[in-house]
Amino acid sequence: MHYLLLLKHELAATLAIVVLLVARLGRNRETSFYIHLGYLLLLLHVFVSLFPSPEGQLFAGLFVNSPLLGLQKSFLAFGLLLIALTADRWLRQHEYVPEVFLLMISSLLGLFLLISSGSLLMFYLALELATLPIAALCNFDLRRQQSSEAATKMILSSAFSSAILSFGISLLYGSTGSLRFPDIAQRLSGSDPLHVIALVLLFSGFAFKLSVVPFHLWTADVYQGSPVPVTTYLSVVSKGAIVFIFCTALFQVFAPLQSFGRLLLIITAVATLLIGNLFALRQENLKRFLAFSSIAQVGFILVALSGGTKEAVSAAVYFVLVYLFSNVGAFAVVGIVSAATGKETITELRGLYHSNRLLSWVLALSLFSLAGIPPTAGFFGKFFLLMAGAHSSQYALIAFAALNMVVALFYYLRVVRAIFLEPPFEGVQSLNLSTAERLALALSVAGILISGIYSGAYEAIAALI
Amino acid sequence: MNLNLLIWVPLLTTAVVVLWGKGQRAAMLATVGSVVQLGLALLLYLAYTAERSIHANVPFLFEYRAVWYKPLNITYHLGVDGISVAMVLLTAFVVLAGVLMSWNITHQPREFHALLTLLGAGAYGVFLSVDTFTLFFFLELAVIPKYLLIGIWGSGQKEYCARKLVLMLMLGSALVLVGLLGVFFSAGHTFSLSAVSATGVPLKLQQWLFPLLFLGFGIFTAIFPFHTWVPDGHSAAPTAGSMFLAGISMKLGGYGCLRTVTHLMPEAAVQYAPLIIILGCIAIVYGSLATMMQTDLKYLNAYSSISHCGFVVLGIGLLTQTARNGAVLQMVSHGLMTALFFAVIGLIYERTHTRTIRDMGGLIQVMPFVMTVLFMAGMCSLGLPGLSGFVAEVTVFVGGWEREELLPRVAVVLACSSIVLTAVYIVRAIGQVAMGPLLGRVDQVPVGWAERLAVLLLLSGILLMGLWPEWLMQLVDMPAPALETHLSRIEN
Repeated sequence: MHYLLLLKHELAATLAIVVLLVARLGRNRETSFYIHLGYLLLLLHVFVSLFPSPEGQLFAGLFVNSPLLGLQKSFLAFGLLLIALTADRWLRQHEYVPEVFLLMISSLLGLFLLISSGSLLMFYLALELATLPIAALCNFDLRRQQSSEAATKMILSSAFSSAILSFGISLLYGSTGSLRFPDIAQRLSGSDPLHVIALVLLFSGFAFKLSVVPFHLWTADVYQGSPVPVTTYLSVVSKGAIVFIFCTALFQVFAPLQSFGRLLLIITAVATLLIGNLFALRQENLKRFLAFSSIAQVGFILVALSGGTKEAVSAAVYFVLVYLFSNVGAFAVVGIVSAATGKETITELRGLYHSNRLLSWVLALSLFSLAGIPPTAGFFGKFFLLMAGAHSSQYALIAFAALNMVVALFYYLRVVRAIFLEPPFEGVQSLNLSTAERLALALSVAGILISGIYSGAYEAIAALI
Repeated sequence: MNLNLLIWVPLLTTAVVVLWGKGQRAAMLATVGSVVQLGLALLLYLAYTAERSIHANVPFLFEYRAVWYKPLNITYHLGVDGISVAMVLLTAFVVLAGVLMSWNITHQPREFHALLTLLGAGAYGVFLSVDTFTLFFFLELAVIPKYLLIGIWGSGQKEYCARKLVLMLMLGSALVLVGLLGVFFSAGHTFSLSAVSATGVPLKLQQWLFPLLFLGFGIFTAIFPFHTWVPDGHSAAPTAGSMFLAGISMKLGGYGCLRTVTHLMPEAAVQYAPLIIILGCIAIVYGSLATMMQTDLKYLNAYSSISHCGFVVLGIGLLTQTARNGAVLQMVSHGLMTALFFAVIGLIYERTHTRTIRDMGGLIQVMPFVMTVLFMAGMCSLGLPGLSGFVAEVTVFVGGWEREELLPRVAVVLACSSIVLTAVYIVRAIGQVAMGPLLGRVDQVPVGWAERLAVLLLLSGILLMGLWPEWLMQLVDMPAPALETHLSRIEN
């Protein structure tokens, strides 16, 4: 029973993969059968999350689990379910639905293992497992050239970042003689230049995955080219998992190098906030726009982590949850409109409010949450991040981040203005929403409104750290 | 009395309007909600005066405290002193008047009234908070309603103006945020006002936290040179939006300055007082000079608001108890007066379809009621005894004269001189609009009962305060120990 609980998320994912494979290899069925099967399997993940995750490790410390990690995995599983629900319209038009679910859940399994990794070997393998299916998924708008371009960019950039990561890993292994996190943490010292180089390399690898400036160049193109559900997955679930393992790496493995790590964090935070916000100002395509906004959001997480306290970790984990609801809400609207009409630029969404009131309000609420305006959860998320960052009295950095919130509000308002205040753009008719879509929108709105004002979510996280 | 009622009723009204406010029913539901709010506010006044006579030495009454985010030591903490009660009363008056003025909104009334009530809820929240996090939360709550109200229902360059207003206020909030975090970490990891003022903020930190917070809140109250959002925002907003913005939202800044900035950092307040006095004087004089150049009625009132809010800043900067009372009185007086002004401008615009002063004339022949009210509002603005403006401004002057240094005295003289300037632009504008031969085409639309009620409500507030200021003076002046220690700290 203990093993079952330890591996509950991973087992559920494996089971889902097996079921999907069997269903795919059996006789061909209608698309809607596969869609419902997919929802059911994802629901299983959420159901599994209800059981407690015990503290423990397996396979000689390769795999570790704890209540906190279990909670993080539950966030990811829930996020994927939300994304699948929002993708309803896109899935119904798609010819390879079981493959979509298969690849998504495989990648999710990779992320589960990534979060739970207790050694660099596991970390590296899980990361690859998480990334490769996504690269394939990026190409799943099979008739759009941009989609295959996105896949190519994704695979090349992840290969590049993997190379950097493995170089860093090899340096660490060479100098400490171990791949296990606790051993490495024990043997690291701030004075050894080899360790500092290893930290820089690993940091760069993470920076690639998190699209931290200056390693963000792939983000906008991949986000724009990929199908919207895949973009959502990349920006919410995948990025969330990387933030989680990044916290572990920073605060557990590289704890002895903390002062140098903080320097890296501060520099990249400033760069990320600045570049992300400046580039978001001028974007026309909504997916590109959300790509740069998500880069800027990571900047805020870096600000918090540079505070270097355990409040920073709880603020970051909480922010990932809030960001999940907000970003899924925003992408859901973009995805629904894009799947129904093929339109995904700000200009084409002008006057959406006149034809689709519900979608407009959801998008506006999500964007205000991303901008950090109360009563949305985004306000609390941002506030706690800045609060965690202020722990070490780096007020200049906090002031810089706070000013960036003003810039961010400027470009989020651009979209809100287009939707609400401008005359309608022809061609976007009133859309009928399916039950799945309604459910997804309702869940993200509920998340945006409740997870902030009701403090339970944050307290649950903080209690585990 | 449970202060939560004053937060829940507006929020509940918003929810009810969203759920059931189809068509014209939205205005009705919103009105019912605002009447309840006004009732609660009056009840609060009565309960407060009764309770205060028993507990004279408690800083805040009717405190409600609930742990919000335990790991971060964040609490949801409400409480009132005399200043808050005065501001709550003002809010309730303006909210009801604003809602009554909006019965004729035909474009998406449901959304309009929901956003309007939400804006009111934010203001109540700020005035009732005695915890800086709670205060900041409610301060920011108003961002979405402000933007959408101006952007959707506004006129003229509404998009530009809405964006400018929201971004400048957000800049203020960003400064406030950094300042509050600074206070949090320097004064024992707490957001609670009483806890922070008991510990005190280290002097070295006050040096830079004070200007940060003061400027942040100052932007809300249109401190020079961050006043530019006022004319644009107020002129583009719909009538009720302008009433709310000028009547309530601008007061959030002054209130924030009093409640958090000078209260938590009295030492720095002494140090920066000359600067505040100078900024206040610039706002007063520059504001009224700029008003003289305006040709649009809404711009006229918006610039005169900058001038009048300068008195609030001046009153805070003078640092005496009387001047502080004057600042609070000015907030209440200006809130009522400017809301009345905007309501009247809305009524005029509906009939003349222009706001340009030069294109109007002789309107008293066709709309005697509206013009009489305009006259009253104008007289209040230039400080005619018997109306609220006089009471407030004189209190500031007297408070300023209590200080014997040169700067406060010069400031008072300068501020007094602005009354002449005010008279110039008010008399000139009213003369052009009301007197003389009838100019232009004027629609003969009777003033509806809701609008009459709104105007009379605000007018009665102005008269009540002008003819019998004693009750408000007493309310504001009631010995609040927190302020006494603040003042004694200054003297030492």
